[in-house]
Amino acid sequence: MSDMKVQIAGVELKNPVMTASGTFGSGMEYGELIDLSRLGAVVTKGVANVPWPGNPTPRIAETPSGMMNAIGLQNPGIETFCARDLPFLAQFDTKVIVNVCGRTTEDYCEVVERLGDEPADLLEINISCPNVRCGGISFGQDPSSVEAITREIKRHAKQPVIMKLSPNVTDITEIARAAEAGGADAVSLINTLTGMKIDVKRRTFALANRTGGVSGPAIHPIAVRMVWQTAQAVKIPIIGMGGIASAEDALEFILAGATAVSVGTANFRNPKTTLEVIDGIEKYLKEQGTKSVRELIGAVR
Amino acid sequence: MAEKYMENARVISQEQIADGIYSIWLEAEQIAGSAAPGQFVSVYSRDKSRMLPRPISICEADRDQGRIRLVYRVAGAGTAEFSRCDAGDVLELLGPLGNGFPLERCPAGKKAMLIGGGIGIPPLVQLAAGLEGDVLTVVGYRDEQFLTEELSRRGSFFFATESGRAGTKGNVLDCIRENGLKADVIYACGPAPMLRALKAYAAENKIECWVSMEERMACGIGACLACVCRSKEIDGHSQVHNKRICKDGPVFRAEEIEI
Repeated sequence: MSDMKVQIAGVELKNPVMTASGTFGSGMEYGELIDLSRLGAVVTKGVANVPWPGNPTPRIAETPSGMMNAIGLQNPGIETFCARDLPFLAQFDTKVIVNVCGRTTEDYCEVVERLGDEPADLLEINISCPNVRCGGISFGQDPSSVEAITREIKRHAKQPVIMKLSPNVTDITEIARAAEAGGADAVSLINTLTGMKIDVKRRTFALANRTGGVSGPAIHPIAVRMVWQTAQAVKIPIIGMGGIASAEDALEFILAGATAVSVGTANFRNPKTTLEVIDGIEKYLKEQGTKSVRELIGAVR
Repeated sequence: MAEKYMENARVISQEQIADGIYSIWLEAEQIAGSAAPGQFVSVYSRDKSRMLPRPISICEADRDQGRIRLVYRVAGAGTAEFSRCDAGDVLELLGPLGNGFPLERCPAGKKAMLIGGGIGIPPLVQLAAGLEGDVLTVVGYRDEQFLTEELSRRGSFFFATESGRAGTKGNVLDCIRENGLKADVIYACGPAPMLRALKAYAAENKIECWVSMEERMACGIGACLACVCRSKEIDGHSQVHNKRICKDGPVFRAEEIEI
């Protein structure tokens, strides 16, 4: 048996494969199709202090080897989430990573504090959503504001904190260093790349929000490059994501320096993608005679 | 909650039944065994670079033979690929999805008007077969008719064409008025302007009205929150008046949602 365990900030995952926030809800819907207990972790869709209605429709469009979304972080707010979603996830033998969004630093801190005594193993802070006007990415593009919000969130958080980074910056390593300096326990990258699609038949924007976040296999090489660069720049663990649809895609991230990986858009193409990635990594370890997946982390320098 | 199945469905046959409209029969035993009228399936492209499944309504489900029929319009590269499938090819499906039409609203002794427009017409075939009450069907085509034989199996069948090539010239409401049609409950599927007009018509005439909605979808199962519509009631998922068309719908009481 290959050793698939990895650790992030002292939390042990049975394998390095998790879901990417926003593509998997809180697992209730996909839980009808796959066994959530097989996953390293479920990363929930972003939750704020109060319910958010999100953006007008259309919210998505297909793009070459990917898609674009501007959901706008629709979510039920932290109270419903704690009463309904966390107890649901607690039934499964998997780690729970709660993704947190907000419009102000205070919003983030309120949610993080509320989660202190809840069954959440790790917190992932979304400072990188390109589809909301306040909060989201506006915190994530300037190193000094990233450091400041990370420090503030760390003061309120009981659980370890993962800062989720935006690729829509000149140098992601500067942002990652700022998160590390602010006390982040880990970073996850990349969120979606801001894009635009024009509907030529209707001569208008394909999304009501005009711009959206591009995800899917099209962004995979960009994400691998950013994870590799970040791995050379920080000492904290990295969770790699962006266009993973196969074990090979996931292994590229791990070899580039990611401790764990998230599968997002590919869940839409194939609800069993996470399980196939887990099986594929195990098979690779066996074939290569590698005892532990941990030996692969950052092996390509 | 009804079970959802992932099936590799073998194509039994496919034919073009009108300009750009295709009819495909697929071997999908589990989906056929549980599909209710008004539900849909996610059809996955065989091209792995196309990330989103295409939601297509179920036109007929043959439980005994374990097969389903989809009738769809070629609207882009994904549906164009499906239209090139031949007998023996395999398509991945997930379904049945969504809630379906509330059949119990038209028990024996009541009369239902089934109204379809364009590519919203196909699910009416399975709906007509599933209702206990009397059935009256009214559909609107752009120009060319399709599924007329299937739609004439139960009750009377009326139609309109925008071009005036046959039937009433105009839309489904013109057809309803021209023929003085009446019913206790309306079930409708079609483009948003048609559903909007029917919602107003039903409110004016105090007729119960159910509409099947459409929106761009990603997951098809209620996780991604792409395909929402504004609802009068607070929704169960996010509590923000946004019902998920793929999961809470696609069928809603007309006055419950903004069209």
